[in-house]
Amino acid sequence: MRKENLKLMGYRRENGRIGVRNHVVIIPVDDLSNAAAEGVAHLVRGTMAIPHPYGRLQFGEDLELTFRTLIGTGRNPNVAAAIVIGIEPNWTERIVQGIAETGKPVEGFSIERSGDLKTVEAAARRAVQFVQWASELKREPFELGELVVSAKCGESDTTLGLASNPAVGRVLERLVEAGATAIFGETSEITGAEDIVASQAATPEVAEEFMRAFRSYQEFIKSQGVDLLGSQPTQGNIRGGLSTIEEKALGNIQKIGRNKVQSVLAPAEEPKGPGLHFMDSSSAAAEMVTLCAAAGSVVHFFATGQGNVVGNPIVPVIKLCANPVTVRTMSEHIDVDLSDMLKLKLSLDEAADKLMEVLVRTVNGRLTAAEVLRHDEFVLTKLYRSA
Amino acid sequence: MEHSILMHEPEDDVGVAVVDLKAGTEARAVTLEGRYIGTVKVTEDIPLGHKVAMRDIPEGEEVIKYGRPIGRATKSIAKGSHVHIHNIKSMRW
Repeated sequence: MRKENLKLMGYRRENGRIGVRNHVVIIPVDDLSNAAAEGVAHLVRGTMAIPHPYGRLQFGEDLELTFRTLIGTGRNPNVAAAIVIGIEPNWTERIVQGIAETGKPVEGFSIERSGDLKTVEAAARRAVQFVQWASELKREPFELGELVVSAKCGESDTTLGLASNPAVGRVLERLVEAGATAIFGETSEITGAEDIVASQAATPEVAEEFMRAFRSYQEFIKSQGVDLLGSQPTQGNIRGGLSTIEEKALGNIQKIGRNKVQSVLAPAEEPKGPGLHFMDSSSAAAEMVTLCAAAGSVVHFFATGQGNVVGNPIVPVIKLCANPVTVRTMSEHIDVDLSDMLKLKLSLDEAADKLMEVLVRTVNGRLTAAEVLRHDEFVLTKLYRSA
Repeated sequence: MEHSILMHEPEDDVGVAVVDLKAGTEARAVTLEGRYIGTVKVTEDIPLGHKVAMRDIPEGEEVIKYGRPIGRATKSIAKGSHVHIHNIKSMRW
């Protein structure tokens, strides 16, 4: 797609970042606060609760990751304003402060010494103000290079390596060339292609850091003493024709194109500059998309073969698929049909053009299949058992 | 004649069926650039997305796709047969 055809309209937030959605979110700090958060969302049109099962008695790195994910979700430029509800004020305030750094409206409420009902009332009154304020914000033009995007595939089959992942790779090359920021990850799913990722590292230090993250995960797998066949590749991958992790990984890494890897990010960590970044992360769809959203991605590219239906509460997930059976049988989930690539009737550049066109329309407000179908999966990555 | 197998690299041991292949079919294999590689007689039904052996692969040998090993043959695999978890295994886990 020619540059002159790229008319991108987004919400410029207080810190200058560009969002493509305008959500007012109600973030529970912990499992106990889900009911109050959902109570507010039920009362106030235009808000969305983001319930989750954790936030209690976590500690160390695992707790830090939960904080980083909840704070990052509120910080994401697709969020106009946030309400935070926790059982007690201390951790609630910590999340409020993390979000407040962006300059966007945020307020915290805690349940102890008030109870759910008074908390819901107070939070709902503030949410009404946030929604009415957000409803008057206007989209404005922005440059392609201001986008932060992410990519991860799921329920993969051999069509990803042949078609849809190379198309994502070509699009990420174009975006990075324009100055945009992109995130990929899936540490276990690089197994068998790790040398290729390392060879695309921007510096020897980044290559070494990537290999450290990679080896650390391999050691974790070995420590469990199990065969990952059935989990990685998944049963769906196997049904789709993928036989080994090496085969899956070689298809997976097609989506980074010829981009250099600029840094290795901790899970849910915001990239510090433009270009492509590797995030040390799970390959489970909802976990990985949640981490990318917390790191500031505003649009996610999701290639699927057998038909993963994942979405995210705050980030539009664009589904692309080259498997003609999946496109036919699950059409309501697919945003971009690339099945003509298998017939060699759609070239790689034409596929990238098609994907760019859907990217622009999605950025400008067209709802993705996952958004329309209420696929609001929000899944915290848990590193180890709670206290 | 239209292709029914795509290959990442011309020298790969396996190609990918891009339609459901019936046993006995003469399947035409091309690269992603459309270059004709050869025709193989498929010896068993192979579903879309699954791999076809483009040559005889002896037991214990590495299986090459994308020009790289994707695993090892756990039994000997005849040209034209289905290549999957019943006859190849990861070398990682």
